[in-house]
Amino acid sequence: MFYREAGQFKTSYEADMAVFPIRQDRIGLAIILVAAVALPPFLDSFVVGTVLVPFLVFSLAATGLNLLTGYTGLLSLGTGAFMGVGAYACYKLTTIFPGVNILVWILASGFFSAAIGVVFGLPSLRIKGFYLAVATLAAQFFLEWCFVRIPWLFNYNLSGAIEAPSRSVFGIPIVGASATPLARYYAILAIVVALTWIASNIVHGRVGRAWMAVRDMDIAAELMGIRLLRAKLLAFAVSSFYCGVAGAAMMFLWYGGGEAKDAFSINLSFTILFMIIIGGLGSLLGAFLGAALLHLVPIFLKFGLPELGVPIGGATAEHLTHILVGALIVFFLIVEPHGLARLWATTKQKLRAWPFPY
Amino acid sequence: MLYNVFVDPFVQMADMPDLLVQVLWEGTVAGVLYALIALGFVLIFKASGVFNFAQGIMVVFAALTLVGLHENGVPALLALVLTVGVMYALAWSIERVVLRPLVNQPDIILFMATFGITYLIIGLGEFIFGGRPKAMITSELFLPRGAIDVQMLGGRVTFQKLDIAAAVIAGLMVAALAVFFQRTRIGRALRAVADSHKAALSVGISLNQIWVVVWFTAGLVALVTGIMWGARSDVSFGLQIIALKALPVLILGGFTSVPGAIVGGLIIGVGEKVGEFYWGPLVGSGIESWLAYLIALAFLLFRPQGLFGDKIIERI
Repeated sequence: MFYREAGQFKTSYEADMAVFPIRQDRIGLAIILVAAVALPPFLDSFVVGTVLVPFLVFSLAATGLNLLTGYTGLLSLGTGAFMGVGAYACYKLTTIFPGVNILVWILASGFFSAAIGVVFGLPSLRIKGFYLAVATLAAQFFLEWCFVRIPWLFNYNLSGAIEAPSRSVFGIPIVGASATPLARYYAILAIVVALTWIASNIVHGRVGRAWMAVRDMDIAAELMGIRLLRAKLLAFAVSSFYCGVAGAAMMFLWYGGGEAKDAFSINLSFTILFMIIIGGLGSLLGAFLGAALLHLVPIFLKFGLPELGVPIGGATAEHLTHILVGALIVFFLIVEPHGLARLWATTKQKLRAWPFPY
Repeated sequence: MLYNVFVDPFVQMADMPDLLVQVLWEGTVAGVLYALIALGFVLIFKASGVFNFAQGIMVVFAALTLVGLHENGVPALLALVLTVGVMYALAWSIERVVLRPLVNQPDIILFMATFGITYLIIGLGEFIFGGRPKAMITSELFLPRGAIDVQMLGGRVTFQKLDIAAAVIAGLMVAALAVFFQRTRIGRALRAVADSHKAALSVGISLNQIWVVVWFTAGLVALVTGIMWGARSDVSFGLQIIALKALPVLILGGFTSVPGAIVGGLIIGVGEKVGEFYWGPLVGSGIESWLAYLIALAFLLFRPQGLFGDKIIERI
């Protein structure tokens, strides 16, 4: 009733293969995009800075991990470290070449992350499943150690922290102390929209199909003529690229510098993994839904409940967050192992059939 | 450079054998504790095919419950009994609430569910007992304190009595588990389930009951591990990071092998300490945090199923 595609005829192969073949989806996406551009100036800058910017950063990282874990079936626990590589690469690049546009460097730092990701992805050719997860843990701990022990990475700062220098794009400061949350929001929004569009094209194309074949059964995929070496390493490279960009964006557009070794710890890897599990493995929409849920729940507990008049201390809020996140993970796995994205698909089907059950 | 990497550490070892013995002992003790955590993993993995990420936090939770109860005026031994009860309740509720609805789901879903359990227990533990570290009650549990100095190899080697006790208790527990698995009715049922779920079901073994038993056993192992680790350092949530250290141990030994867990634990423990002591200074130390994973990775490239694991056979 609300979601009927009756009367929408497809007259070409391209129309049939489109990412959004149904008009309602296209309209919905357009509305979301327009809202994302037009609404934030009317919002409180606190909300933009602590809700929207981190949400976009997490979405980007979750998209990256989803390409690897959800689409290619390679479990990775090294996301945090790959994000860290991006952040440090961006820091080195922008201090060595301060004149170049910072957005270029944020994107370029993804390539460094991709290179590191390929190196640590090599074991995936021989081992899989939980064994591979441990191999990526090696990446996580080794890189974390590098971030602390190699002073060249943080320009020999005594504090060992990354300091975000002031950088402007078209005369508007987007990095550094003088950047407004709104400017940072638009910068990260542009990056996320562009990279999500690219990711959507990758997963709907030949590469994405090869990845999914590898995920479903890699030996069968190999017999069908998919080169495992290329497919798996490409998955690691692309995924790490996204994570690296997300890490650079996290450090420069959200944190504005700080103790990077704490930021890119194993906990970050787990958080991103939860996001894609709850959101839905193998779904781009899922990455966004998971990021929204897992980022909003702690914020609601921390700031929302006191606003509503429920007295709650900072420590209690943190404990409650842990309990709630744990319960949510278990709950969603039991109710819908395929995540929020599947829930949305079911809802769409219900809307289509309403008021009739079939 | 080459000299520093390939010759110098061995010269040091030969020069001061007493120091080497000390390092090896430290490594063995660490290895025993890693092996204990890995043992908890293996028990659950064999019986239910669940890769239980929550094992580490179960260690912390058991130790915290014990100390927390004692702080509130419960006598130490009664607290120990109560903690065992709590671990049983935990095993029962995990089976009832989490595992039963998730029967027949893919491995990764169950793995993720144990992540959920981990977070839940962290939150609950902090909520009930507070986040600050606590000291383990050692003397109340009749654990020895102090150290023994032994003159040997032209030097002096120090053995902490607590470490010796830890090694002995760990050995006893492994022996008890072996007897339990080989000689008792439930132990035989557990082995049957490990071999084949369906065959076990068809001869009338209740899977649900077995899972409670196995999670409870893992809980007991966690309690012992928690007491030992807690006595060496403090009882705090920082301990859960040791659960991650058990992963390379598992990889090395194989996910399904109890002897593998023990041998793997010792290799990782000794390798890590020796590496840190002799090769660590070359790269600015602190390599303990990732050396274990690299050792495991190197093994994996040659034996993807671990030292003692079942051979992985893939069919289409």
